[in-house]
Amino acid sequence: MNQALRHLTPAGWLCLAVIAVLGVIALFAPAIAPHDPMETDPLRRLQSAEGYPLGCDQLGQCVFSRLVHGTRLTLMIGFAARLAALLIGLCVGLAAGYYGGWLDWLLMRAVDIFLAFPSLLLAIAISMALGHGLATVILAIAVVGWAETARIIRGATLELRSAEFVLAARAMGAGNVRIILTHILPNCLPLVTVIFAMGMATAILSEASLSFLGLGADPSLPTWGGMVSMGKDYLRIQPGLSLWPGLCIALVVIVFNVLGDELRDVLDPGRKGNWA
Amino acid sequence: MLEYTLRRLVGTIPVILGILLIAFVVLYLVPGDPAATLAGPRASPEDIARIAREMGLDRPLSERFVTYLGRMVRGDLGTSVVTERPVLTSILEKFPYTLKLAVIAMVFSVLIGLAAGIFSAIHRGSLIDRATTLCAVTGISVPVFLSGLILLYVLAGKLRWFPTSAFGAEQSLWPLVLPAFTLGIRSGAFLARIVRSSLVEVLNQDYIRTARAKGLSPSRILLRHALTNALIPIITVVALDFSSFLNGSVIVETIFEVPGLGRFAMDAILKRDYPVIQGIVLFAALIFVFVNLVIDLLYAWINPKIREEMMGGAA
Repeated sequence: MNQALRHLTPAGWLCLAVIAVLGVIALFAPAIAPHDPMETDPLRRLQSAEGYPLGCDQLGQCVFSRLVHGTRLTLMIGFAARLAALLIGLCVGLAAGYYGGWLDWLLMRAVDIFLAFPSLLLAIAISMALGHGLATVILAIAVVGWAETARIIRGATLELRSAEFVLAARAMGAGNVRIILTHILPNCLPLVTVIFAMGMATAILSEASLSFLGLGADPSLPTWGGMVSMGKDYLRIQPGLSLWPGLCIALVVIVFNVLGDELRDVLDPGRKGNWA
Repeated sequence: MLEYTLRRLVGTIPVILGILLIAFVVLYLVPGDPAATLAGPRASPEDIARIAREMGLDRPLSERFVTYLGRMVRGDLGTSVVTERPVLTSILEKFPYTLKLAVIAMVFSVLIGLAAGIFSAIHRGSLIDRATTLCAVTGISVPVFLSGLILLYVLAGKLRWFPTSAFGAEQSLWPLVLPAFTLGIRSGAFLARIVRSSLVEVLNQDYIRTARAKGLSPSRILLRHALTNALIPIITVVALDFSSFLNGSVIVETIFEVPGLGRFAMDAILKRDYPVIQGIVLFAALIFVFVNLVIDLLYAWINPKIREEMMGGAA
């Protein structure tokens, strides 16, 4: 990991810095936001009152405060969904790649099946079936995202399985689980970092899309996607209502995409080249 | 080739079965009693029980799944709870709009992707290359609902070059241009990166140097020698994007009021019309499987090496 950091370009460092700043904003959201993001006031509707840096939305809620709290929600949901997808994908990929045979066949058909569904529609169907809520959104995004991870990890495991140090470990009597955990998994970690960074971008986009369609955690919560959706009816009067949260989403997604790209070039030189 | 085709066809069967199973399970997980929903708020318990019996809801789950499989094989996707029309009929009615949208979007995507990708690859390492790459990353990262809203606001709202709604797309394709462009930018940006990276790889090969040494013109080298050899990853991306467009973009069709599959899905979601949602999800997944099959067969046909690998490798 240290080596990876040393090889990052200035653009990569900039991305890391942006993520760090956003992380701080997310952690200290209540202290940074000047107002309660849920506090409505009909008198402030669509006004730019003093003490409200980006004005107020159609309910008189402070747009800036909602953006700040939105950072927290976005990063939290994105991180949790990505982590869940990664854990499932890692288990499936390691098992399929290491054991091979019928287990591999079965697991990879499951991957094919999940990859066949249009991701947003599947997420929508799941979040509908399970009802609104934070956990549902996280689960829906994770269910959509694990298959890609599993496929990549399986590929890496297949290669590692026949590597000399793995054969040596087996010759010395190490068990399967031990080999997977102490020899194969650590060698997959660089790849996992890359998958995680890129996956964060996708997860955040999915969450924003679900919220935009009104199928996110809770329409009244200050999510960025939800804010874009709420503001779109007031584009003529106050384009900022949709524009600011929209730009926030774009910024976060760009930052994770570029970081993932850079990490891949550094950690996984075999796959160098732009997303091919 | 025939044997490969057959093997590949048989290989899709478990995938299709799995897709049907998941669509079934998701619908089964839906909270509430579908019979009660169908019967309406004033129905008596006897009515609800009767409807449940008619729908086969009192049968064991495994039996219901088999019945459901039988219906699907016959192409019966059920009837809409709201309009009481067959789901398949409605899907086939909406599909032409989505198809037109997908074709125009693909044209934009390929134009943007090829132009930007080739341009970037020729000038690789330069400032222009970096600027193009930055634009491409931005294009991939900006959510379609944001770019769609901005385009709608500026080009249709302020400048009035385009209609704000795609209703009335029966007569002309014009109302579909703006939504198609919105879809096209994003996939074009992604395509540009693929085109660039595969071209850069090919341009470093020896035979390109030979062609150059022979004194061939740069444009001839690029089009005849480099691009044809970089084609496989490009075709993959284009085909997969096309199949995702065919599923209907829920967001773009909602913003621009395109009466296609995506908007149909969104309406069904808002009205909790589960059979329709299930039908659309199934339809979309089957399109994906079909497109994938066609791509694979195409590769195997173009390149016998791939065919051998597939036959020798995992079943």
